Amino acid sequence: MTATPTPATWTPGPLEAALRAKRDEGRKLLCPYVMGGYPIDDWPRLIEGFASVGADALEIGIPFSDPVMDGPTVQEASTLALDNGTDPTTVLAGVATTEPGIPLVAMTYYNICFHMGHERFASSLKQAGISGAILPDLPLEEVDDWARVADAEGIETVMLAAPTAPDERLPRIVSRSRGFVYGVGLVGITGERAELASSALEMARRLKDTTDLPVIIGIGVSSPEQAAEVAEVADGVVVASAILRRMLEGGSPEDAIEFVGQLRAALDSV
Amino acid sequence: MTATDVPTPSVMGDPDEGGRFGRFGGRYVPETLVPACAELEDAFREAWSDPEFIKEFNDLLRDYAGRPSPVTECHNLSAELGFRVLLKREDLNHTGSHKINNVLGQALLAKRMGKTRLVAETGAGQHGVATATAAALLGMECIVFMGEVDIKRQALNVFRMRLLGSEVRPALSGSRTLKDAVNEAMRYWVAAVESTYYCLGSVMGPHPYPWMVREFHRVIGNEAREQCAELLGPESNDGVPDVVVACVGGGSNAIGIFSGFADTNAELVGAEPSGGAAVGRQVPGVVHGSMSYLMQDEFGQVQEAHSVSAGLDYPGVGPEHAHLAEIGRARYEPVTDTEVIEAFQLMSRTEGIIPALEPAHGLAWMVKAKDELAGKVVLLNMSGRGDKDVAQVQAILDGDAEALETMRS
Ligand SMILES: Cc1ncc(COP(=O)(O)O)c(C=O)c1O
Repeated sequence: MTATPTPATWTPGPLEAALRAKRDEGRKLLCPYVMGGYPIDDWPRLIEGFASVGADALEIGIPFSDPVMDGPTVQEASTLALDNGTDPTTVLAGVATTEPGIPLVAMTYYNICFHMGHERFASSLKQAGISGAILPDLPLEEVDDWARVADAEGIETVMLAAPTAPDERLPRIVSRSRGFVYGVGLVGITGERAELASSALEMARRLKDTTDLPVIIGIGVSSPEQAAEVAEVADGVVVASAILRRMLEGGSPEDAIEFVGQLRAALDSV
Repeated sequence: MTATDVPTPSVMGDPDEGGRFGRFGGRYVPETLVPACAELEDAFREAWSDPEFIKEFNDLLRDYAGRPSPVTECHNLSAELGFRVLLKREDLNHTGSHKINNVLGQALLAKRMGKTRLVAETGAGQHGVATATAAALLGMECIVFMGEVDIKRQALNVFRMRLLGSEVRPALSGSRTLKDAVNEAMRYWVAAVESTYYCLGSVMGPHPYPWMVREFHRVIGNEAREQCAELLGPESNDGVPDVVVACVGGGSNAIGIFSGFADTNAELVGAEPSGGAAVGRQVPGVVHGSMSYLMQDEFGQVQEAHSVSAGLDYPGVGPEHAHLAEIGRARYEPVTDTEVIEAFQLMSRTEGIIPALEPAHGLAWMVKAKDELAGKVVLLNMSGRGDKDVAQVQAILDGDAEALETMRS
């Protein structure tokens, strides 16, 4: 393994520490997605519900008006949330009422963070009990200003790595990433796919060859079977659209929690 | 004259290494697209310094698009308004607007890069038609995303694109106008980045687009500078108009004409629709790949623009305009839909030129500012012709309820 040297002064934050500890025990990591504000009223309940069936960390979506990395399912859920009056402050207030006992990572687009101001955004996440942030439209070239503030505040900024990245780029991405590195499973946007893209395994392999940081694959991971398949190589998975779609089609929060339980069982069989 | 033999004036010089004009610009894209943007930047730099590429581009501009476009002096309008009005006639280009300049440049570049398919967004349909045209000419596949609302109000352009062999896909999310068409085109590009070239229609998006699109439109300003010098003569402010006016949606036609006058004492004025005045509101934000001024709510959610003109119905603006506003080199003035409809009729009646609704914004500002402009020489970029808009304006003037709905101010 040609792991990027970790800076001597760097101590892993709570997100990375928790994920590393579990990974090192041989557990595959499950990181389901909760859209802040969807379903209205029920969404905070999903946070503890997903934790209770074996999630290791949660992505908390703060809906944005123009989510360019998202396919129709996440778009629909975020539009419903926004139409119901959801805003970053209501999401963070809702999160603060929960006690999931696992680390939480905010997922939103950069303008939400930029508009609030880096310092305020970082401290608001912290106050809500969130330990990390994923900003999919803030790549390596643009991340420095935010990352400096986030590092100082102790918010772990998770970087994405995509199949289109040339080899020389991956070490730079993982050395800037905190918590874990988010491997993009396919060339495309979020949404379910009938089969796991071969690029997901390839991405996982390339990242595992580059870093000792937990490698979690998301985008396109759609079923317990696919989760297990990708976890043969990766340390874990992020699942979003497959969970949201169940509720958009009329399923209850309990159905979503049960599905997350199935993802857990599949990962435990790896 | 070629696109490169006029020195770049320093006030509108190249962006920095990160693609910034002052603090605006940059490359805020999903990680998947970063290598594609870098590849595009390299390809453009290489092509733009290759005399063969420049010749190919200039030949197409001349033989296919019909350049140079003339500068027309408007004697009747001048008499009515009390200042000298000149028009840069981008409406006379093939496909009826300035958009063809950029599209020919990008389509040639796409081909050079070995891409087989173009994807584009469009608002009024002018950029979509131009892209579909270039795709037909160069034998490429073409998919154009257009907001569902715009598909309805610009039905003629939808048919044109289909006739030209392009596929038009409705953008069904959000406000279902230009901003959402950009979202859909970007999503498509994220998924098809290896084979597909994103032919962006204005001076916006991630680096290198704002810079590259400006370079392809620089020909507007370069020609106009020479034409004005000839028409006005050295005794009139050294052959430079006192004021250069253009409408601003994303800002490509404005950047194109401004670039020819940035190093002169000409005042540069951008006319924004009052319901889409991103520069006027001065709030910075990040969407569609760059940092610029952006209409947004208190939480940073992008707001929907509202304009009678589909081509200006956009909540953002190209980053170089934000920079020009910030350093005070250009100013940006709002006009209402009602003022635009009046200007549309005024231009038609006095000069026999039916303008597109977009450049009618520039004239609307000139009418409003006529006291300030008295005795001056004002050059307006007539960015497109009004054929696409006559049905909508007819319905508005007839008091049609649905058409009046498109009038917000
Ligand atoms: C004639 C015309 N002018 C102007 C515009 C606005 O674009 P930009 O601000 O990039 O010049 C459009 C867009 O559709 C147009 O059709």
